[in-house]
Amino acid sequence: MSRLLLAFVAAALLAAAPAAAQNVVGTPTNPVAAPPQALELEMQQMLTGGRIAGRITIPDQNAANLIQPAGQSWREFHNVTLTWVGGIAILGILAVLALFYATRGRIPIEGGPSGRTIERFNLLDRSVHWMTASTFVILALSGLNLTFGRFLILPLIGPEAFATLSLWGKIAHNFLAFPFTLGIVLMLVLWVKDNIPNGRDIAWFKAGGGLLGNGAHPPAAGRFNGGQKMVFWLTVLGGAAVAVSGYILVFPFAFTDIAGQQLAHIVHGLLSVLMIAAIMAHIYIGSIGMEGAFDAMGSGQVDLNWAKEHHALWVEQEMARGRGAAPPAGAAAAGD
Amino acid sequence: MARMMFLCDAERCIECNACVTACKNEHEVPWGINRRRVVTINDGKPGERSISMACMHCTDAPCAAVCPTSCFYTTADAVVLHDKDTCIGCGYCFYACPFGAPQYPRVGNFGGRGKMDKCTYCAGGPQQDNTAAEYRDYGSNRLAEGKLPLCAEMCSTKALLAGDGQIIAQIYRERVQQRGYGSGAWGWRTAYRLEVQS
Repeated sequence: MSRLLLAFVAAALLAAAPAAAQNVVGTPTNPVAAPPQALELEMQQMLTGGRIAGRITIPDQNAANLIQPAGQSWREFHNVTLTWVGGIAILGILAVLALFYATRGRIPIEGGPSGRTIERFNLLDRSVHWMTASTFVILALSGLNLTFGRFLILPLIGPEAFATLSLWGKIAHNFLAFPFTLGIVLMLVLWVKDNIPNGRDIAWFKAGGGLLGNGAHPPAAGRFNGGQKMVFWLTVLGGAAVAVSGYILVFPFAFTDIAGQQLAHIVHGLLSVLMIAAIMAHIYIGSIGMEGAFDAMGSGQVDLNWAKEHHALWVEQEMARGRGAAPPAGAAAAGD
Repeated sequence: MARMMFLCDAERCIECNACVTACKNEHEVPWGINRRRVVTINDGKPGERSISMACMHCTDAPCAAVCPTSCFYTTADAVVLHDKDTCIGCGYCFYACPFGAPQYPRVGNFGGRGKMDKCTYCAGGPQQDNTAAEYRDYGSNRLAEGKLPLCAEMCSTKALLAGDGQIIAQIYRERVQQRGYGSGAWGWRTAYRLEVQS
């Protein structure tokens, strides 16, 4: 049909040309610039990514945009780039973790559990961690649902149930953004002093950290080792960027225009899938990946041998401050 | 079946906004939502043109492509419609739409979006044709009554044309031939991948 139209149009143009020329009679008037051709303007704006905008008499200034070709690039990002980056990041990290578990297994406490424990994170530390963690999981799942849900969940549960699920997901996403942001701020305040990178971290990474150095103890570390500092800064900086871009999306057009909204979504989407992949590795090493690691955020009391192997300098400091290790629960005092 | 399209002849549009008013009245569109609007480009300068714009009912609709709940569908007349029961008001269709067609009522918190509303080409929604439920959610269904969209039907200068794409393109070509100039069919390249030059 389009070819047929083009042929008609070409014929019309040929017929119109002489008619236009004959219109000029009498005294010439001021030359008036030719009106912009819709086709030329659309084509030009499409190539430069610009918008065709004008004046509007209704209050909604977003409506002043007549044609915004950038929507097509955003569509490409949402449907192709984000789907691929997200899919590869998440499936990739799952594959890496599965492979790691298959070859390295669960990293044990070298000296075995001592039975004596030392407090690693107090109640405030743990509350902040789990507030951030639990909201992050729900934010991640409800966010992934917007990109992958219609391929993975929609065919399984049908459009009505999927719409209900997604609607609740959207509401949860919008509200839980606030405790998540609070958690990011509190984590920064609580832990930043122990997370300043230093020379020991370089040595720690060179030795392959606590993960790759099989058999040998990882180099002594303070309260947080190089890997943990990496997770900390990724969470704080990545979380802050995701939060800021997220608030731009939650308050649509309050801060920016359509181009800004699209950019905010691109930043939000890409950073989020990368953070989800990184946090999946964090969850692995904090649970099934390493013996004794979960206690740090579980009960807050870690085994002394685990602490000495992974955070020797921190244990020394704690001991020096007189915060010694507690004996195992139920142990009888000597002499009884 | 006909392939329904909109065409706004910018040489004829006088920015009277009757199409906007007709649309709002016909469908009882709430305050703050504009299914159709008139944009004036080069305002006050040589080459000033006004163009009435609404959903163009694209061939490969970007809104449908990005919708997380796949709530859009295309009718046999090539009209792009959506189901408000499965829309979650995420706003993605507005980011993707080249014409700014999707509109959202401000409901709930932080000026958040309610379920999307847009031009239906006066073709209602997924419910039974011309029922009260359909009217409440999508407005009247003139197409089911054999009528064309009201905005174009009552355009006083007949700048806005609606109907079978081939017929309205033919009308436009005849006009261009008659008067010897035109400024092109706005949005046709983007919406239909058609290049109707003046």
